[in-house]
Amino acid sequence: MAFESLANRLQSAFDKLRGRGKIDEDVVNEAMREVRLALLEADVNFKVVKDFVGRVKERAVGQDVLKSLTPGQMVIKIVNEELTELMGGNVSTLAKAHRPPTIIMMVGLQGAGKTTTTGKLAKYLIKQNHKPLLVAGDIYRPAAIKQLQVLGEQVGAPVFSLGDQVSPVEIAKQAIQQAKENQNDYVIIDTAGRLHIDEALMDELKNVREVAKPDEILLVVDAMTGQDAVNVAESFNAQLELSGVVLTKLDGDTRGGAALSVKSVTGKPIKFAATGEKLDALEPFHPDRMSSRILGMGDVLSLIEKAQEAVDEEKAKEMEQQMRKGEFTFDMFLDSMQQMRKLGPLEDILGMLPGMNKVKGMKDFKVDEKQLARTEAIVKSMTKAERQNPDLLNAGRRRRIAAGSGTTVQEVNRFIKQFEEMKKMMKQFSGMAKQMQKKGKKKGGGFMPFKGGKPPVNPFGDNNPKGGGGFNFPFNPFK
Amino acid sequence: MSFFKKLKDAIVKKSEEVTQKFTEGLSKTRDMMVEKVQDLVRRYKKIDENFFDELEEILITADVGVNTVMDLIDDLKGEVRKHKIENALDLQPILSEKLVALLKNEDNQTTSLNIEEGRLNVILFVGVNGVGKTTTIGKMAHMFRQQGKKVLLAAGDTFRAAAIEQLEVWGQRVGVDVVRQNQGSDPAAVIYDALQEAKNRNVDILLCDTAGRLQNKVGLMDELAKVFRVVQREIPDAPHEVLLVLDATTGQNALNQAKVFGETTKVSGIVLTKLDGTAKGGIVIAIRNELNIPVKYVGLGEKMDDLQQFDPEQFVHALFKGLIDEEIKEEAETETQQ
Repeated sequence: MAFESLANRLQSAFDKLRGRGKIDEDVVNEAMREVRLALLEADVNFKVVKDFVGRVKERAVGQDVLKSLTPGQMVIKIVNEELTELMGGNVSTLAKAHRPPTIIMMVGLQGAGKTTTTGKLAKYLIKQNHKPLLVAGDIYRPAAIKQLQVLGEQVGAPVFSLGDQVSPVEIAKQAIQQAKENQNDYVIIDTAGRLHIDEALMDELKNVREVAKPDEILLVVDAMTGQDAVNVAESFNAQLELSGVVLTKLDGDTRGGAALSVKSVTGKPIKFAATGEKLDALEPFHPDRMSSRILGMGDVLSLIEKAQEAVDEEKAKEMEQQMRKGEFTFDMFLDSMQQMRKLGPLEDILGMLPGMNKVKGMKDFKVDEKQLARTEAIVKSMTKAERQNPDLLNAGRRRRIAAGSGTTVQEVNRFIKQFEEMKKMMKQFSGMAKQMQKKGKKKGGGFMPFKGGKPPVNPFGDNNPKGGGGFNFPFNPFK
Repeated sequence: MSFFKKLKDAIVKKSEEVTQKFTEGLSKTRDMMVEKVQDLVRRYKKIDENFFDELEEILITADVGVNTVMDLIDDLKGEVRKHKIENALDLQPILSEKLVALLKNEDNQTTSLNIEEGRLNVILFVGVNGVGKTTTIGKMAHMFRQQGKKVLLAAGDTFRAAAIEQLEVWGQRVGVDVVRQNQGSDPAAVIYDALQEAKNRNVDILLCDTAGRLQNKVGLMDELAKVFRVVQREIPDAPHEVLLVLDATTGQNALNQAKVFGETTKVSGIVLTKLDGTAKGGIVIAIRNELNIPVKYVGLGEKMDDLQQFDPEQFVHALFKGLIDEEIKEEAETETQQ
């Protein structure tokens, strides 16, 4: 996950503050030194770090903070607030033209991911019932037009191209004309990657802007960019007046300093973040949520949103009913597993849970997706009757299931045993359901694909590492 | 004879064209790093905390790497105390020396590619998304063609839309064939085909493209490991080179990339692309000081022949050009006076 190591470093700095009854300026200074190094190592721009640390220090040594009951927590709160502010405060939405089409221009350095992002943005708009037209304005890079055409086909958006012999200005002009005729309400213009110091190419962009009069000019920035990110953003902004930024490759293990610097230098908000290779991996950027992820406070809000999008409500309701009665079958298990996998890779989901990055061993932890697939195969190799009634599973049947799923009898046994334990646990929980209701909400659950804020079980056991031996779903994903 | 003088003499013997490419391509780095240090030294009459703060800022903003910079600053503070240096100008020689030392090729890491006549040489290109792998392959194919070698390209990026077409355009430009399958096919299978084809045709050099992948994606790294194994199986001592392509604008994450890709595929060298931007190439220093992988080629521009073999002497010369010229002028003046 991006920011992971930055998060780790910051948290170790905070550990020094936590739990102390008294804090003086020296302690704050020491912690801030750590914070400063952590930010610099994460490629946050030098000047930005300087200002940031200065501001936090000023607020932190104020009398109210040092005299409060939990000064450590207060300092962390200040860092969280400043970090959110640094990344742009509130969520910014995409501009909308008074009279459609809304025109969006994508600009940036080579290899930042403009063309891919153009495709993703189209998908994002289509999901909201818009009709975007993609414009192939990169006439320089070999096969860039073809790339956009392939992406357009994948997301189901038309692509406007005049080949690579016509100037991008002319392409933009004709594309907008066509969009009006075909009633496309968004036009996304892809442009060639260029260095911000390349005057000829920057002039070309200015000309495209003149003609297209875009409502949005989005700078696409690779989250792995180093200290230069600021120069790039400043220069593009000075020449084109950007309206926002898209951060790409945030799914890497970058410390993402560029993300933290760009807003504060250009004053232009980060509007989207690309977090994966799939075409739907583009999300609106939430500074506050990102900030709490960096500080290890989790991002439960995003998780709930994801769940709402992916989970079939009817099914969840039905399942909830059954569970309340204490029923739990292999079919239900399979359903819940499939629903959960729709949320995306398990690792990403875990990253959003509060406190998860402090669990020992989380750093090297990898979810074995293959293991999940094998479990699925085991369940799918059972007959309908077996899925309803686990008692039927005698040795012969287990052998057949193992053969059918390409696993061994031992694996089948292990899984059935885990399932039985799970079932037992369900029964206990359903008995306690009423008492649990209040507590469950507090725990910030709402994660399992069951409706409501009262998950029957906490799918990853107790988040507290010391709790140990918690309940594992679907079985121990920690290797 | 001073180090700079020696360097100047060595450079004079080299191809003027190459020297010019380095000097021009690195002009931004020179302005942003070395010239700024020069300016700093001139501005400060007396060395104090602010002086070191500013120096730290210049080096960190050049992506030199926090650890390296902190060590360097501590070092310099030690020198200042030991020799009771007060004037910033007196610190300058020590500072230049230390900066050069960071760049110098002490362990004589070879920067030439492991290419031998009379055998099929296989070069595998790896890296994260958008660093310029396909473009680098195009440029390198051009370079080998100029040397009269028989070259074949393998379109191993079967994931990104139109990556295969992009490589094919390069193939047409430089007059080299491309072995390909359709988008979405198994990259290891494409590479296997290419290896067979290369053997049949008696090709000198096979350049294998792969899809860009972030180094923390386990599944994708496994896929790359498979490609690596296929090459190893088909030709025992291959791949003869595994080149990690790095974008010079990348920050400290470049070190992570080199580490993880190195574990998966035994990276034998680095190609640093886009050095002609305002990126200050400080990452070269970071790589040198924290990793044991030589930078073998650098991309200094967009033209086909702007890919150059990395030459540490040229690099230092290009960075310190102003200083070197000054020093040589001074020496010449003292000589005439005498």
